[in-house]
Amino acid sequence: MKSVASVQPINQTLVSRLRQVLEPRRVHTDAADIDLYKRDASNIEGRAGVVCFPMTTVEVQEVVRICAEFNQPFVARGSGTGLAGGATPLDGAVVISTAKMNRLLSVDPINRTAWIEPGMLNLDLTREVAHLGLHFAPDPSSQQSCTIGGNVANNSGGPHCLADGVTSSHILACEVVLSDGSLVVLGGEEPEPSGLDLRGAFIGSEGMFGITTKICVRLMQNFSAVKTMLLDFTSVQAGAETVSAIIAAGMVPAALEMMDQLCLEAVEAYIHAGLPTDAAAALLIEVSGLPHAVNEETERISEIGRTHGARTIRVAQDEAERALLWKGRKTAFGAIARIKPNYYLHDTVVPRRKLNEVLQEVYRIAKRHDLLVLNVFHAGDGNLHPLLVFDKREPGVMERVLAAGEEIVRVSVAAGGVLSGEHGIGLEKRDFMPLMFGPHDLEAQSAMRFAFDPLGIANPFKVLPSPSSCGDAHNIGEDMWV
Amino acid sequence: MGLDLSPFVDVVGSANGGPVWIAGQQSRVAAPSSVRLVAAPSGIYDLRPDEMTVVCGAGTSIDELQDALRAVGQYVNLPRGNSGSGTVGGALATGRSDIYRLGRGAIRDTLLQARYINHDGQIVSAGGPTVKNVSGFDLCRLLVGSFGQLGFLGEVILRTRPIPQSSRWFMKNDANQENINEVLRRVYRPASVLWDGHTVWFCIEGNSRDCDETIQQLATDLGAPTEVAGPPELNTFPFRESIPPAELAGLVQGHMHQGTVQLLVEAGVGIVHRQTPAEPKATDKTIEILHHRMIQQFNPTGRLNPGVSLTTGSTV
Repeated sequence: MKSVASVQPINQTLVSRLRQVLEPRRVHTDAADIDLYKRDASNIEGRAGVVCFPMTTVEVQEVVRICAEFNQPFVARGSGTGLAGGATPLDGAVVISTAKMNRLLSVDPINRTAWIEPGMLNLDLTREVAHLGLHFAPDPSSQQSCTIGGNVANNSGGPHCLADGVTSSHILACEVVLSDGSLVVLGGEEPEPSGLDLRGAFIGSEGMFGITTKICVRLMQNFSAVKTMLLDFTSVQAGAETVSAIIAAGMVPAALEMMDQLCLEAVEAYIHAGLPTDAAAALLIEVSGLPHAVNEETERISEIGRTHGARTIRVAQDEAERALLWKGRKTAFGAIARIKPNYYLHDTVVPRRKLNEVLQEVYRIAKRHDLLVLNVFHAGDGNLHPLLVFDKREPGVMERVLAAGEEIVRVSVAAGGVLSGEHGIGLEKRDFMPLMFGPHDLEAQSAMRFAFDPLGIANPFKVLPSPSSCGDAHNIGEDMWV
Repeated sequence: MGLDLSPFVDVVGSANGGPVWIAGQQSRVAAPSSVRLVAAPSGIYDLRPDEMTVVCGAGTSIDELQDALRAVGQYVNLPRGNSGSGTVGGALATGRSDIYRLGRGAIRDTLLQARYINHDGQIVSAGGPTVKNVSGFDLCRLLVGSFGQLGFLGEVILRTRPIPQSSRWFMKNDANQENINEVLRRVYRPASVLWDGHTVWFCIEGNSRDCDETIQQLATDLGAPTEVAGPPELNTFPFRESIPPAELAGLVQGHMHQGTVQLLVEAGVGIVHRQTPAEPKATDKTIEILHHRMIQQFNPTGRLNPGVSLTTGSTV
């Protein structure tokens, strides 16, 4: 942990100006209020100087224009559920919360599109369009609390993105306030807007290209049939090989998740779903679509599982059992609190064929650092989520957790994988970017950033390690806690 | 990644190497005669069905790539050229999806990683080798549809998909807008729905028995559609326009003359295939500024594909 060395007071003239364009009650500067915004759901703390709650696009423009005038960095924030420090404010930045911009603006049920505001919660969108037989496909585990604006910033995924793709595949357009306060619509309802795919470039830019104020999403038809299966194995290797075999056989299930033994034990103690706690690993597989295809794929997956040594194959018999199995997957993090009070969740991707090899290395890393590790992850995507569980009151444990985390990242990239599958880079992995990218690669990404934000005030010093981000407005403050 | 890109680097040259144009099979965009032409490396380097990825040179013929993938039960979502196979790099550089976009998605989702040559002759890597990846900014999305203006694609990793168990086309005459909406509502994730104001053609992919049942259900409201060998011929519609799909009905109505329409539209998508060019659209000023800044950053001397229009791919 780093201590606070210097705290710059917020510029009171800037605050006064903000209170001229927003109702004063929507501009927070009280220490107790803004302390809540010093970090996202990661372990990385910064410091907010002021927190604003605009309610319209025009208000966002006004706030950003004032920031530009004062050369003041700003950070857009949805629900703060990010796990990589992307929404952690540095140096007393202005936090612009989109929480009050949360309306569904319009729906076209025939062409399956909807315009929404960025603060709308992910699950709320799906609930709002459920009566039309539609849903929004990306479903991060935090979908009850994360915003679509946050999903756009992180290009979020979720268990059901294996078949349907991550957020970028489901966003048609973003209305964006750039760092000088100008407004632009990137993409559009039309499929091939003229010129560069600036929409695609914006998605996943972690708030460093501007703030989205309206989003046009693509909605998906609901399926008429679904089967959810649980296959358990006596080795992680057998489970991992089953994953590859299913894909190689020409099937892309709606979801293909894996839980290892420690995770199964924790979840079973929490929800009592009859999970196989003596198994080394279990696969939660869901196929959805039309009835014949679903039945056929269920049979084929069962056969592949048996060939690879699945001990039992449990197919949910009704919606209640299906919901219970998914509850086990989605509440894994809550269950872990029964083991230790704290956890550090990692997010890397490896080629599917390397799943077992990398998982075995993850176990060795955890053992070497005297830590417990649970694995619950999107196996179909090769998207690992090692959960290091610990008690932060234990002296020296954070150092061990961080060291183990770094080793996991390095092992994943060395295996031909990538730094992050869905959490993003933020501050957490910024300094690991050179593991994946050389100087010319990082210069190209920096060039993208400069084209969108030549002022360097939109969430500076995230994603790009120095000196790639030398155009950013301020150095990282001494007040950053890791 | 493994293709040796150094010969490609040499021919592209560095910042003072003068104007240069990348040409594949010229099945989409004709190269100018006044600029030095270069070709991207070709060949399939690594095909991994269990990863649903393939690594190949950008100069690889799409037909060659699809043949290799077909042998392992997969395909890649890249359209052939207007006149022949075309190359992988050409399809990505133009960024135009084919008529299956409704079901198979946009071409921009196909490119996972690229190694390209920048304006100064340096090899730059964008994206990552796995299907899921949010490591850094999404430069691959920007490269697709950039008409070679940001860099010349050398080697790419593409996402592949399983070939559907069946892919069947149907048609129905006397189809009005309400019938089109009915197809979009009732068919589960159709691969394509085309309409010329009179006839609808639609493609259903997946399990054949599911397809049969869908057609039976549709027949009740729409009348029985006829199964046909494939989509209508697109050659008579050489021009292309992109509009919001909700505006298609009005466009078709506006072009209705004596019962015929000189358009073929992709319902649910918004692509209009035309016999005559559409009126050019004004570009938003801020979009122009962003384009200008991007080009300034990536192609400051304008030596890569000089004079190409980012909106049409034609030389201007």
